[in-house]
Amino acid sequence: MKTTALITAAAAAMMAAAPAMADLFVPSLTYRSGPYAANGIPTADGYADYFTLLNERDGGIGGAKVAFEECETGYNTEKGVECYEAVKSKNPLAIHPWSTGITYQLIPKATADGIPVHSVGYGRTSAKNGEVFRWIFNYPANYWDGASVAISHILDQEGGDLNGKKVALVYHNSAFGKEPIRTLEELGKIHGYELSLLPVDHPGQEQKSQWLQIRRERPDYVIMWGWGVMNQVAIQEAVNIRFPMDHFIGIWWSGSENDVRPAGEGANGYKALTFNGLDKDYPIFDDLKKYVHDAGKGAGAGDQVGTVLYMRGLYSAMMTAEAIKKAQEIHGTPDVTPAMVRDGYENLDINAATYEANGLPGFGPDIKGSCQNHGGQGLGAVSQWDAAADKFVLITDYIESNQDVIQPLIAEDSEAYATESGITPGCE
Amino acid sequence: MFYREAGDFKTSYVDDNQTFPIKFDRWRYYAVLFVAFCVVPFFINDYWANAIFLPFLIYAIAAIGLNILVGYCGQVSLGTGGFMAVGAYATYKLMTSFPDVNLFFHIIIAGGITAIVGVLFGLPSLRIKGFYLAVATLAAQFFLVWLFNRVPWFYNYSASGQINAPERTLFGHAISGPASEPWAVYLFCLVFTVGSAILARNLTRGTQGRKWMAIRDMDIAAEIIGVNPLVSKLTAFAVSSFFVGIAGALFFAVYLGAVEVGEVYGINKSFLVLFMIIIGGLGSIFGSFAGAAFLVLLPVLLKNLLVGTLGWPTDLAAHLELMIVGLLIIVFLIAEPHGLAQLWRVTKEKLRLWPFPH
Repeated sequence: MKTTALITAAAAAMMAAAPAMADLFVPSLTYRSGPYAANGIPTADGYADYFTLLNERDGGIGGAKVAFEECETGYNTEKGVECYEAVKSKNPLAIHPWSTGITYQLIPKATADGIPVHSVGYGRTSAKNGEVFRWIFNYPANYWDGASVAISHILDQEGGDLNGKKVALVYHNSAFGKEPIRTLEELGKIHGYELSLLPVDHPGQEQKSQWLQIRRERPDYVIMWGWGVMNQVAIQEAVNIRFPMDHFIGIWWSGSENDVRPAGEGANGYKALTFNGLDKDYPIFDDLKKYVHDAGKGAGAGDQVGTVLYMRGLYSAMMTAEAIKKAQEIHGTPDVTPAMVRDGYENLDINAATYEANGLPGFGPDIKGSCQNHGGQGLGAVSQWDAAADKFVLITDYIESNQDVIQPLIAEDSEAYATESGITPGCE
Repeated sequence: MFYREAGDFKTSYVDDNQTFPIKFDRWRYYAVLFVAFCVVPFFINDYWANAIFLPFLIYAIAAIGLNILVGYCGQVSLGTGGFMAVGAYATYKLMTSFPDVNLFFHIIIAGGITAIVGVLFGLPSLRIKGFYLAVATLAAQFFLVWLFNRVPWFYNYSASGQINAPERTLFGHAISGPASEPWAVYLFCLVFTVGSAILARNLTRGTQGRKWMAIRDMDIAAEIIGVNPLVSKLTAFAVSSFFVGIAGALFFAVYLGAVEVGEVYGINKSFLVLFMIIIGGLGSIFGSFAGAAFLVLLPVLLKNLLVGTLGWPTDLAAHLELMIVGLLIIVFLIAEPHGLAQLWRVTKEKLRLWPFPH
């Protein structure tokens, strides 16, 4: 009986929960709580603030207001599924899962339901092959691009020769952390470096043994695929064993202020990849201040503005907004459907002019999508932590990843997926 | 007024020994089954299936399994997550190796495989008890998760280490994979849940269950009256792991579809299922359902209430949800240390006397 009573109450609560339908419904699966909250909050704030800005300044996208809604996942797959089901019925135009685990969960579901999923620099790498993953996008770059960019940067530093060098990969022992292994192995065959793998289990607070091993083996470079508290611990451990910080390169998810600040001065010189700009003086911040924060409409506490992950939230929202804009252009109507937004994503064309128009000049690499290419051109840059100035600074231009190595891997992995799930690749 | 034996005459031993000897209780049980099988499938949608019914039904199976081990046989186990993972990976390997065999049988076989693994990890229970056994099963939890993360054979050498359930059908309807209908997956899980409950109920009130309870209450006394502790403890581990394995298999194949062992079957899962049976009531099948319902439905209900109805920020609601659920657990355990099942028993007693309590 208790069960029935609870279910009835749940039903009543849910009936009341359905919000008014607006023109453009964009949900955000956030994690402002749980073990990864420190990283989830700035991303979610940036993402939300951008849409608030569009609503307040431009009256939405193409004249249609954006209905924005957050759903808390706590980086937990089961809650992610619940959130997906909750937002699904309201016709979401695009979903950002903000977690590689949840992305994997949503790939088959969203494909069946016809909802575009955009995993910005995370998720399943081979989703770049749009002929197999019709509804999944991973602009502007993926993990294999990241691995390749990191190796290219190391090559630059070493004068183009890595023969006999040792590279260690410290990674989160999950789908996310395992992604770059294949690429790093393939690149190792080409450049002749020796790769050693050091998995760190969730959540990553205990890494003594991994760093002891690094101390013993003395690799020339350490690459890190970490997230959340794992980053802070790893950087602290690296400082403790006096590992040269400029030989320590993190993926774009291991390069936020949260990760380096706890290690203080010692973290100076730590490098991380990025696919977006890091300065705090883009013109968009004036608008954000005027229309969003001063109007009291900012998401969260408003203390995250300008951090690396906040910028990434902005960037993600900008790409989605551009896709919606493109969809409106193609179909000639402001009221777009998820299927139209997919067309928008496939015809995404972001270049210097687009960045300029959005108040973010030179913010990121050019992106040109197509039905075959759901992942962009795979450009990444390297940033370096300046402890004295308390900020990350870009130290390279956008570097091209080695597509000769990555494309065959993507083709192989996506074909395996297509066979597994009975998909006939093609653009209809 | 309710739950009275008056006028309900039993004329055979079979009548006397039925699961629900009181007529009112029996009809209530039939009514619940009728609603579950014949009404809910017509109204269920994706949200209700994936956010509420599937997790509830699957956790109920896991809770029944763990309740047999902890509640009936008194062997504390913290390895539930690991055993669920065995069920999931066994199903995955079976699904991909023998695609022609129906998923229904794969899940049962996966339960059987988990039972064997459970017996292996149950062996230490012959020598160690209580907290020490809990630590030994904790080792099983960590070992199994490590194993599935470490050995690529288990995830068919996929690049990410994830396992994905391919589409499988039963009577022409998809029950795994993205194309599955909510009513089909709901009914599929419901059959397993009801089957497990009936099986567990009848096992626990028969010879085997009495042996388990004898071991739980005092193992030396049980041995003196002729209960073989080796057989009893190991059967408890086997039966318990069988149900837990089925739950893990359904969790992967039908509910989630894609699983990463460290996140889905981690130590948190073990504790969650253990909390379910402690809150629901140790040594009670109804308690397993009540506990699963409490811990699955309450967070969803609170979330919808706080975020959906009251419009509070999602992070505040998420934090409050933890506090409220935690507080309720403490309140329940203080008010009724024997769990929701005992609360239900007391209610029944009261209803019997109502409206004349004296």
